[in-house]
Amino acid sequence: MKKLTLPLERAQIEELRAGDAVLLSGVLYTARDCAHKRIFALLDEGKPLPFPLKDSFIYYAGPCPAPAGKACGSCGPTTSARMNSFAPRLLDSGLAGMIGKGEMSAETVEALKRNKGVYFAAIGGAGATYGNAVVRAECVAFPDLLSEAVYRMEVSDFPLVVAVDARGNSVYQRKSVYQRKEG
Amino acid sequence: MIAMRTINTQKIEDCVYRLALKAGLSLTESCRDALAMAEQAETGAAKFALSALLENERTAQREKMPVCQDTGLSVVLLEIGQEVFLEGKPLQEAVNEGVRRAYWDGNFRKSVCDPLTRANTGDNTPAALHTEIVPGDKISLVFLPKGFGSENMSRLSMLTPAEGREGIVRTIVETVKIAGSRPCPPVYVGVGIGGTFDSCAFLAKKALTRAVGSRHARADVASIEEEALHTINALGIGAQGFGGTVTALGVSCEIAPTHIAGLPVAVNIQCHCVRCEKEVL
Repeated sequence: MKKLTLPLERAQIEELRAGDAVLLSGVLYTARDCAHKRIFALLDEGKPLPFPLKDSFIYYAGPCPAPAGKACGSCGPTTSARMNSFAPRLLDSGLAGMIGKGEMSAETVEALKRNKGVYFAAIGGAGATYGNAVVRAECVAFPDLLSEAVYRMEVSDFPLVVAVDARGNSVYQRKSVYQRKEG
Repeated sequence: MIAMRTINTQKIEDCVYRLALKAGLSLTESCRDALAMAEQAETGAAKFALSALLENERTAQREKMPVCQDTGLSVVLLEIGQEVFLEGKPLQEAVNEGVRRAYWDGNFRKSVCDPLTRANTGDNTPAALHTEIVPGDKISLVFLPKGFGSENMSRLSMLTPAEGREGIVRTIVETVKIAGSRPCPPVYVGVGIGGTFDSCAFLAKKALTRAVGSRHARADVASIEEEALHTINALGIGAQGFGGTVTALGVSCEIAPTHIAGLPVAVNIQCHCVRCEKEVL
């Protein structure tokens, strides 16, 4: 299986193909619904963000508390589709890609193509596997959101599948529900 | 007069605690078996995902970590024998306390919040408690931590009587199709048929407490389960939406009489992480 270490060069991202299985290591930032809302508020107000967007990856996840002696508790992906309203603007602002589960909208796929980004699918439900692969985790913003806060995570060998590549090809073979709605 | 059996609600609290801790760390046996069979049947990215899920449960058990980080909203189903007298703290408080302790001790995620302010309650309470009064002097307790990636994809439809059996199957399949890759397929589908708007949804939830792959005792209901499962698995969504022949691990239907004017159908989607523990007190 292909091993990748973050940060990725755009050229490396362009080599990835939908359906490829990879092991990803490096630094990620977690964010779910509430954190995205706050990040957008900061962007709207022109205020600095709690983490760099440029070339970063957001992991759609909210971990369980870390058991004694571990960096992180169970930490699988959440449903990416809920972040469709946020992803295109973040990609246009420099984000390299996202990690989550399930198909995303045509608008998000277009933004990935436009920015040469990539969307990785983590295996939904494999929370123990991903939590165990987190080497270090630190809350960097919105601690009042508890598990929904933004965590900076150093991960080692996250098993992922390239879900949407930089050309806009998708592992979700059927047309997505969003595309179906648009005819 | 019948002698009542007295049970202190502390026993119920302790039972909720035990079952919650166990449920967070393990799949039901029928779910694990169904995943293993699916892993054998599939190829490519779907097989990769399914074998990762089987390995994940072993990791969860070894590392004492929840199988899925979404340790759910705690659904508790209590069947209380009418010859039982409950003493001690109020029932809902006892159940909540069991949840509170288990989610703290187990390092489970606290996933319950106010629907408007979104402020987290901080301890995963309150539990969604359902009680039914049944004959006898026992209490049967079911603990089902319900993740919301799948709960979000559930639907309730008020069909017309004319839509009949065909409409029921269509509604079940359509719900899974619309959900697509989002609810963590392969899913387990709980279906309520009949009753009222509210009781129909509860039937669907109850259907999810049955073993994956079990069949309803009524032949006409079992045939709906089989046809719906067959049609769902022809959709091609597959594990995680990666394509394949196993989009659902099972379909379970529960049924109740309804009004002459209606045909309520509730479809409650459960992800492949079926966690459900039971005990009788």
